[in-house]
Amino acid sequence: MTESPVTPPDLECRDIVRDFGDTRAVDHVSFDVPPGSFFSILGPSGCGKTTLMRMIAGFQPPSAGDILIKGRSVLDVPPNRRPVNMVFQHLALFPMMSVAENIGYGLRRQGLGRSERDEKITAVLDRIGLPGTGDRRIDQLSGGQKQRIAIARCMVMEPDVLLLDEPLGALDLKLREHMKVELKALQAAFDTTFVYITHDQGEALVMSDRIAVMNAGRFEQIGTGPELYHAPATGFVAGFVGDSNRWTATVETRAGDGGTIRTAEGLTCSVASLPDAPGGQVTAFLRPESISLGDTGASGDGRNRFDATVDTVYFNGANSHLRLTVDGTAAQLDAALPQTGAFQSVRAGDRIAVSWGADKLVCFPDAGN
Amino acid sequence: MSARLSLWLLMLPVLLWLGLLIILPHIDMFFVSLRTRVGVGEYEYGLANYAAFFTEPLYLRTFARTAIMSVLATALTLVIAFPVAYFIAKVARGRWQGVLFLFCLVPFWVSELVRTFGWMILLRETGVFSSVLQWAGLADGPVEMLYNDAAMMVGLVYTSMLFMVVPLVTTLQSLDDSLVEAGYDLGGNGFTVFREIILPHAVPGIVSGSIVVFMLSLGNYLTPTMLGGKDSLWFTEMIYSQFIVRFNWELGAAFGFLLLALSSFIVWAALKLSGQTLEKTLG
Ligand SMILES: Nc1ncnc2c1ncn2[C@@H]1O[C@H](COP(=O)(O)OP(=O)(O)OP(=O)(O)O)[C@@H](O)[C@H]1O
Ligand SMILES: [Mg+2]
Repeated sequence: MTESPVTPPDLECRDIVRDFGDTRAVDHVSFDVPPGSFFSILGPSGCGKTTLMRMIAGFQPPSAGDILIKGRSVLDVPPNRRPVNMVFQHLALFPMMSVAENIGYGLRRQGLGRSERDEKITAVLDRIGLPGTGDRRIDQLSGGQKQRIAIARCMVMEPDVLLLDEPLGALDLKLREHMKVELKALQAAFDTTFVYITHDQGEALVMSDRIAVMNAGRFEQIGTGPELYHAPATGFVAGFVGDSNRWTATVETRAGDGGTIRTAEGLTCSVASLPDAPGGQVTAFLRPESISLGDTGASGDGRNRFDATVDTVYFNGANSHLRLTVDGTAAQLDAALPQTGAFQSVRAGDRIAVSWGADKLVCFPDAGN
Repeated sequence: MSARLSLWLLMLPVLLWLGLLIILPHIDMFFVSLRTRVGVGEYEYGLANYAAFFTEPLYLRTFARTAIMSVLATALTLVIAFPVAYFIAKVARGRWQGVLFLFCLVPFWVSELVRTFGWMILLRETGVFSSVLQWAGLADGPVEMLYNDAAMMVGLVYTSMLFMVVPLVTTLQSLDDSLVEAGYDLGGNGFTVFREIILPHAVPGIVSGSIVVFMLSLGNYLTPTMLGGKDSLWFTEMIYSQFIVRFNWELGAAFGFLLLALSSFIVWAALKLSGQTLEKTLG
């Protein structure tokens, strides 16, 4: 996609297609990953993430398309000779070998001598913060340690690209939060290109330089975290990345780019930008933090203003939010509840004024499920 | 108290079986093996029967032959069964897996006698193979393929296949596919992945399958008798002839004990060599 690049991207996929019988698991996917960056593929279960990654690793050939690593097509290179390594979903550490043997396995395949291997193993164990664990058996490690050994086992191979297939999926929540940060630090330390698969948008947003959102085999959008969050290209991306209030609505009036819509629940709001929607049906998304609480400014500035009743207060520290019902409608909405003084005493049953800018309501013609 | 009682009641069948059918006959056998008949109803106790075994070359030779051939049969069975088991466990998918497994079982629906007789029909002078060879012009006259060590070996391996395939399929099925893929991903080829990942994982299955097949071969009577030649005497045939033909229960019993000692020793040695323990294999 970049014209005549000085350094070719570490990994480039061109129009990859993969069919299993009648089902198309991967559908015309193209992307490139520049050297040293952290690229995530984010999508719901069964959207074809693993299939895509297995094609890059070489375990499955694509039905059509080309895969290039450092500018060279690798389609006819078998997996054991591709300059990519993969961290498997369940890590796939060899249980019959010690930690050092696991890490040394790939080095032995490269034909390295014993002393050289030991040197590299010691160095990489230091690097991942587990010095002196070489003699441990795999079942004597904690989940997070296994995780790091699995990455070390690949990193000693000095691959051009490291593939990670939901490597945090097997960990508990707390450890997952911790490993997110750790993984990003490891990537920076090794300065290697990471391609990371996940269905957890939090993981993708925190760690990635760029993220591709995948749905039903296709890439919906490729961009940085903020781009996906603030300027989703499709309804699917708007619904999948971050939390949103979502309504199905019909277009009532159009004026220039924008107009007004009326949701199925009876809420009428103005929208800054309306898409072409056959039949006038749109799906509207509104971020909880875009909703301002209380009286803010005068009317007539184009903001959508409503009176609402608090149904429930969900207290969760900095992530607290309110569930509201807009008066005179059946429309419910979630609004972020800032923990800064003014709204600390909000209780269920309270009346409260809410408002949001017409530009905060994002509409798409598709259903965006 | 009543828990104790019910435990004993539950254990009773096992204890009865162990006591009446395993321990008691063996104790009796042991005493029989220690006596020698000196006159009508007159016995002397001593190790004379065991001494007879060690002084008669035919006994010793048959003993060693049986052991070596059994080990060979076990090794051959393993070599043939491993690819079969790997195919069933890892390559075949869905319904095929069950069908292939069933094929391994089919021979066991008929009695061992009929199964062995099947081989006789194929291999004898007037049998299928001989006729085909003559018809194809590859042989001038009838070819006798029965009554030699090779025929016996074929029969032994065939009889034992299932007992090797089942434990191997079970252990190989528990091998995570991603381990094999990781093996390739990190630069291994087919051979190194087999040696470093698949084989170590399959060791418990190999050991338990080998023990069973070895025991079955060592204690087999029918196959060596029907397919083996005059020279391929099996130690069980020797025990049989002492008991039934010569009425020399004393020597037969001694032979029985020697066979027991032999099989125990070889299994123990094999476990030691492979670095396995019986608990690890069975658990
Ligand atoms: N070997 C196969 N044969 C047939 N269909 C397959 C095969 N592998 C994957 N599929 C199908 O391809 C689609 C994508 O599967 P894939 O494993 O890539 O999903 P995924 O995005 O990794 O999901 P998850 O997050 O649950 O791991 C699914 O519909 C799946 O049924
Ligand atoms: Mg997957």
